[in-house]
Amino acid sequence: MGEKKARRMKTPKVSKNCKPLTAEELREISDKYAVYIKDLHVAFDTQDGCVKAVNGVNMQIEKGKTLGLVGETGAGKTTTGLAMLNLIQSPPGQITAGQIVVNGQDVLHASLKELENFRGKDVSMIFQDPMTSLNPVLTVGDQIAEVISYHENCTAKEAEEKAKEILELVGIPGFRDKDYPHQFSGGMKQRVVIAIALACSPSVLIADEPTTALDVTIQAQVLEMMRELKQKLNTAMIMITHDLGIVAETCDEVSVIYAGRIVEHGTLVDIFEHTRHPYTEGLFNSLPDVTNRTAKLKPIRGLMPDPSNLPEGCAFCPRCNYAMEICKTKKPQKIYDSDTHYVECHLYSCGRQIGDGGEMDA
Amino acid sequence: MREGKILLEVKDLKKYFSTPKGMLHAVDGISFSIKEGETLGIVGESGCGKSTTGRVILRLLEATEGEIFFDGKDIRALSKHEMRNMRKEMQIIFQDPFSSLDPRKTVSEIIAEPLKINKMIRNKEERLNRVLELMEIVGLAERLINAYPHELDGGRRQRIGIARALASNPKFIVCDEPVSALDVSIQAQILNLMDELQEKLGLTYIFITHDLSVVNHFADNIAVMYLGKLVEKAPTEELFESPLHPYTQALLSAIPVPNLRNKKERILLRGEIGSPVNPEPICRFANRCPMAKEICRSCEAELREIKPGHFVACHLVEMSEQQKMEVR
Repeated sequence: MGEKKARRMKTPKVSKNCKPLTAEELREISDKYAVYIKDLHVAFDTQDGCVKAVNGVNMQIEKGKTLGLVGETGAGKTTTGLAMLNLIQSPPGQITAGQIVVNGQDVLHASLKELENFRGKDVSMIFQDPMTSLNPVLTVGDQIAEVISYHENCTAKEAEEKAKEILELVGIPGFRDKDYPHQFSGGMKQRVVIAIALACSPSVLIADEPTTALDVTIQAQVLEMMRELKQKLNTAMIMITHDLGIVAETCDEVSVIYAGRIVEHGTLVDIFEHTRHPYTEGLFNSLPDVTNRTAKLKPIRGLMPDPSNLPEGCAFCPRCNYAMEICKTKKPQKIYDSDTHYVECHLYSCGRQIGDGGEMDA
Repeated sequence: MREGKILLEVKDLKKYFSTPKGMLHAVDGISFSIKEGETLGIVGESGCGKSTTGRVILRLLEATEGEIFFDGKDIRALSKHEMRNMRKEMQIIFQDPFSSLDPRKTVSEIIAEPLKINKMIRNKEERLNRVLELMEIVGLAERLINAYPHELDGGRRQRIGIARALASNPKFIVCDEPVSALDVSIQAQILNLMDELQEKLGLTYIFITHDLSVVNHFADNIAVMYLGKLVEKAPTEELFESPLHPYTQALLSAIPVPNLRNKKERILLRGEIGSPVNPEPICRFANRCPMAKEICRSCEAELREIKPGHFVACHLVEMSEQQKMEVR
């Protein structure tokens, strides 16, 4: 028992590049933001070399706001989400630099005990695949009650009652708490996963592609439900997705992530109507246009670069239609278009723009 | 649209599976035809029977009832051997490029397999040339010829799947959700490729998908399925401009639009798709339909032609048309 306690007091290993924050800094940040990430780097040591999954992500989310994190497979979206809970598996993964403050907690310098109390209560994550993120040998009621009885001082009976209430909240009849995951359809399993995440009314919710595995009509139901719950509980949310349609419907701000860096960030209007980065433009052009069916799709050519062998300059350069000499050798810096909108692209330091100097059709 | 001859005709096709709980009506009496060089989009939620339809047409699954005519021949009457010959003409691209390729075969072995099986090219060298030609058609670099599927990303793997389907020079391809496992930027690359191939090789497609915005781009006609039934069938533009079935309307409104302006009113459906096991003889959408009336719960709606080329199976649409007639 004593050994277990000692293990719990231990702080997980942390790189010395991750500076701890002073109490004052922490207070200042947590007054303003629900989530604060500064210069986050995550790398995985593999046989094929060091894979740099996240390379300097900055992110601030105010309380009750929703941020959309948009990018392709392998862009580092999920890794960023996991880092916020200090859940990167180590080894092979390691947070090599950066600071993360979520809901007033310095995540990287918390002890295991603190982290255990913090995960699921202050912050929860909705995982992508409802088929694999539930335990097949426990009833859904037990799985929800587990979170409640861990974090809240209550009897098993009370936890069970509360689990039923939460099931009702996500639109599943309470009496089904005795059923096992395989007895539910995909949409309902996803609701159960959401119910587990919401069980302790977290202040921050990380939703990792919560509707990718679902049909459109069910997706519409789940998104509507999440929107209602978010308003009710005033939760800050990170919506990790690759679907710009979902972003338009649920988010307040958008960060576009490419090869582990946020290449463009702004409010919904900034991103959708004043698109700046060539990659963001490419994402929009790849979407079939529902209103104009004869328009040919304009895909982004090529593929995402290998994260263990990133180009020296701008990571998007090999696929970019506007690439210049400077893009091959020098990493672009943040350039602010307005107070809320920044982009990392050399075009704007050279006085150029995407398109023919004009705006693209949204 | 050009007036081609009809390549594939399906009449009253049924596929039932027997399960411990009773008969599962996966496909329940659907009929349609496709002209040469055209694309039919089959749209619906998971479990509506769209993939089963694609497989039954290729006789990868045997139909329970119904007729399938391909190029004027009743293919259900063909022997196993004849069917194998026929499959040169009809191919399929599968949904998941991760599980539909043999992990122990190289790219060239995978693409050459249909050529070998159908004994189309016996000479090894010629076969290799054909593989290289196919790889070029689908945009795979020559250096990947000896790569294994696990070394490649989803987009490239799907290109292998397409090359394999094209190997035997088919006229007709069933595309079973070919892009739903891919990222948007890669999705657009594959869609463009399939579009080009259709133009170049005069292919006829059945495009099975759950994503209406994809077929909008691609199909000449769209058939919407719900629980094994065709609920609406129309030319693509017509379907998008004036969907008549409440389910189609809900599907269309459920697509998240990446656009901040012209937001449309969303029709939220209650509940989920019902069970296809021993369905009652009522409108199968009635339990989720926001407009369901008495009649919907008493008898099934037949597919009827409301406008030329536009078929709908809904009691309510029928009624309003009749009422219009009375007014006139």
